[in-house]
Amino acid sequence: MNAPSRRLGTFRIEGLHFGVDVRNIQEVIRYQPMTGVPLAPAAVRGLINLRGQIVTAVDLRERLALPARAEDKLPMNVVVQTDGGIVSLLVDEIGDVVDATPEQFETPPPTLPSSIAALIEGAYKMPGWLLLMLNIREAVNIATPELSLHSV
Amino acid sequence: MDFLDPELVAEFAIESLEGLADIEQQLLSIESAGANIDVELVNAVFRTMHSIKGTAGFLGLDRIGGLAHRLEEVLNHMRNREIVPSSQLVTTMLSAADYMRQLISAVESSNEGDISEFVAGLEAFLPSAGLNRSAPAAGPKAVATTPPEPEHAPAVANAACPSLTDAVREFVIESYENLDQMERELVALEADPSAVSVVRGIFRTMHTIKGGAGFLALPRLEKLAHAAESLLGRLRDQTLSPSRAVIEVLLKTVDRCREGLRLLETQSSDAGFEVTSLIEQIDEVARHTARPAVAAPVAATKSPQPLPAVNAAEPVAMETEPSIKPTVDSSASEKSSAGMGEATIRVDVGLLDKLMMQVGELVLARNQIVQYAGRLPDSGFVGTAQRLNLITSELQESLMKTRMQPIGNVWSKFPRVVRDLAGQLGKQVRIEMEGRETELDKTIIEAIKDPLTHLVRNSVDHGIEPPEQRRQAGKAVEGTLRLRAYHEGGQVNIEIADDGAGLNLERIRRKAVERGLISAEQSTRMSDRDVSQLIFAPGFSTAEKVTSVSGRGVGMDVVRTNIERIGGTIDLISLPGQGTTMRIKIPLTLAIIPALIVANDGARYAIPQVNLLELVRLDPEKAQDSIEYIHGTPVYRLRGKLLPLVYLSERLFPGLKVAKHRANREAINIVVLRADNRHFGLIVDKVNDTEEIVVKPLGKQLKSIREYAGATIMGDGSIALILDVKRLAPTVAADGEQRACTTENAAASAASGRSVRQSMLVVDVDGDRQFAMPTSAVARLERIPAALIEHAQHREVIQYRGGILPLVRLADAVDLPTTPTGELQVVVHDRAEASFGLIVGRIVDICEVDAVPAERRAADEFIVGSMVIRDRVTDLIDLGALAHFTVSRRRHAVASEASV
Repeated sequence: MNAPSRRLGTFRIEGLHFGVDVRNIQEVIRYQPMTGVPLAPAAVRGLINLRGQIVTAVDLRERLALPARAEDKLPMNVVVQTDGGIVSLLVDEIGDVVDATPEQFETPPPTLPSSIAALIEGAYKMPGWLLLMLNIREAVNIATPELSLHSV
Repeated sequence: MDFLDPELVAEFAIESLEGLADIEQQLLSIESAGANIDVELVNAVFRTMHSIKGTAGFLGLDRIGGLAHRLEEVLNHMRNREIVPSSQLVTTMLSAADYMRQLISAVESSNEGDISEFVAGLEAFLPSAGLNRSAPAAGPKAVATTPPEPEHAPAVANAACPSLTDAVREFVIESYENLDQMERELVALEADPSAVSVVRGIFRTMHTIKGGAGFLALPRLEKLAHAAESLLGRLRDQTLSPSRAVIEVLLKTVDRCREGLRLLETQSSDAGFEVTSLIEQIDEVARHTARPAVAAPVAATKSPQPLPAVNAAEPVAMETEPSIKPTVDSSASEKSSAGMGEATIRVDVGLLDKLMMQVGELVLARNQIVQYAGRLPDSGFVGTAQRLNLITSELQESLMKTRMQPIGNVWSKFPRVVRDLAGQLGKQVRIEMEGRETELDKTIIEAIKDPLTHLVRNSVDHGIEPPEQRRQAGKAVEGTLRLRAYHEGGQVNIEIADDGAGLNLERIRRKAVERGLISAEQSTRMSDRDVSQLIFAPGFSTAEKVTSVSGRGVGMDVVRTNIERIGGTIDLISLPGQGTTMRIKIPLTLAIIPALIVANDGARYAIPQVNLLELVRLDPEKAQDSIEYIHGTPVYRLRGKLLPLVYLSERLFPGLKVAKHRANREAINIVVLRADNRHFGLIVDKVNDTEEIVVKPLGKQLKSIREYAGATIMGDGSIALILDVKRLAPTVAADGEQRACTTENAAASAASGRSVRQSMLVVDVDGDRQFAMPTSAVARLERIPAALIEHAQHREVIQYRGGILPLVRLADAVDLPTTPTGELQVVVHDRAEASFGLIVGRIVDICEVDAVPAERRAADEFIVGSMVIRDRVTDLIDLGALAHFTVSRRRHAVASEASV
């Protein structure tokens, strides 16, 4: 194995495994009370007070066009660094940190719904499961709600 | 040069400069005491000199040591009362001390200095040359050494200075400041050519730059500075008068030096910096404007500055010019500036920003702790929390102060701007400033720099008239531009006032029509105040021709936008023939602002206090009746004026219709707000308290929602959104459908983006015909019991505010049947030429309508046109014309008698 492997932080949403480069993850924290933002795009669940810093919480279910989370389930926060500051990604559960090699990687099939194709860079074929590589930049790119609406 | 230990040398320099800092004051005190010598004081100076001498000798700094030795000697005689500290002697000592400071500032090259002049000067005061004991080794050697060519010093100094880049940076920063100061002083000098002390200041500053440039091996800059210095030397010696040409060339030099500095910043040398032509110009000016009577220009250029190797980082040490007769006054001011220099340090703004942020966090943590403390019975903890509370507030306040800068920093550019512009335009303008010390947050200072410059230029260009015109108007030929700044209620007011002709309202009307901003019809109807506001409209400019100065049609709207961006407002008052005043109100700081906290739908929101006018609470019993609905749009009568209301819930949750007050009979809280000089009421569930909040930006995902200006963290750790009041105001409704009233072509004009909207009061008579009039013509709305109507001169009148107000019935005027009821709705028109009350049927609404050409109908002279408002044809009333209508109407008396 000569190509360098990649270390990914993983999490689960609706039974799907997602991963992001661990270097992008600032921290993982349990559910935090959120302050709702009226008029905000649906994917913005609210604002979190992260030790005095105000962080926007983005619901990945909404972004990935997955059904809404059950009322009694509280999401976890994966706090990631982005070009536009830090953002919290709301996910169902936190998984392990895994190493993935380029050999395992494959770009997403063209049959993937276009609504989520932009958000998924590709899949790492793990033994027995697929690890979907999340494009963080796209995942938090919801500055203009109308635009993301059209892309659906 | 071989030093024992660079660290030791540096330490020596610092200590010595500290010691020397007080010497000036001490020597002046010694001088004023005269023969009545204060031995303690003399001893103090003696000790300082003695220790400098000792260390300098140890470090092999023979020039510094030599100078210290002579001074010590003089002081020794003085304390033995062998010599009297004459003012001449003190002057010499001061010069020597100044020079010593200069040497120490550039300690590495200090041995290149020439102290012979000072040594000789001091020795002359000693009781007898014979008594002159042998000086330590350094002394005589120093005297014996021939002064080196000044040109050699820089190279040596350069080699001895390893951290050149730091030195260069310091030099650049200092020099920019020095040049700014020089520019101010030059303009001041031009205004008052007799101000010799100003010349001295300019000379010193230029000399400092020359010295720094020499030290850093910047030959071109040095040469230029030298040429300018020579010219200034002649000004100082009064062999040359500060004519316009002289000032001009010196200002050019200032500009050129700035260019040189910019070059230096990018390439850290002055290679390619072209100065010869400017130097020629300087020489030219010197030749042509020489005062023929005095033929001693040579003496001036030979001013005693033998050592250009001077560290620019130490401006205090720069006052090298041995002033021949230092008046107590100027020495004192120099002293105070010296004190300032030592008491201040440069801090990276980034660091301050970070500190500010951290204190913001601390404030929040403090808020939380104070809240917890309130719930705990532990009195010790409560006490500590209170202390923490106090300390944090003080810390926050102090830190805010570190970011504060006097507005004078921005203003200091203006004398030059005004001078140059006035010169170009052939006008005479004097600039006056008041409140330059008024402080503002650095970020705000940055943000208002351009708008202010624009306004100043505008005032000179458009405001102040040419001299001839002023003379004809019986005014002083010289126009005055007054800048004034002052604090008021947590805000800073800045006024820019000129004593010019005032706005030419006719021309503005004409231009606005020409540019299609308003219709010709409207232009005649608009009040003067509304017309003057037109200059803030996009694409407006009255300049008859586009000049390089202003008149490009971009400007005032940009000024307003920029000022509003930082939460400020701009207003304008123009008096024909007397001038124009622009008044800007801006917050002190952006980082921490006072805000009103309100609760709505279970969440809390912060409303910046700047926008807050008052709070109105309607009791549950009254609430239902107090809010009136006009076509579904709620309004409230606030002291007789209709205040449009906005439900926060409806704005934040579009589609939601609030009717809960009606059902629940709850109290209603109206937060009366101001945005864009318009007032409106925001209805919220609950009004909490005012708090100092730390403004935090929202993430990228939420930036596009303009209803919020940011967010903040409350005492309990929860987050509150900060509302952007301007966006919530009903007239700027985001999406058109929220607008209560629309005109037919609102969409069209909105698309063109150039509409000027006008506020109209819409009334009707018996629900039959609808009328509208500009709200600017309406002073007040009153409800008057019909029983109060009296008669005078065949007119209906009422006693109103201590006077008599004639009444007009709109129904009469438009030939509709009147149905007088118990209470009359009266629209009060209050003008000096004609005040009256118009009795209308019902107040329908206040609408923003687009200024569109109305369809003209000639039937009634007081109806100026018709337009569609709220889906109904509405006649536009000219209130002024209605006033005259009454007087001529005969049947009035009859009608009114019948109605009572």
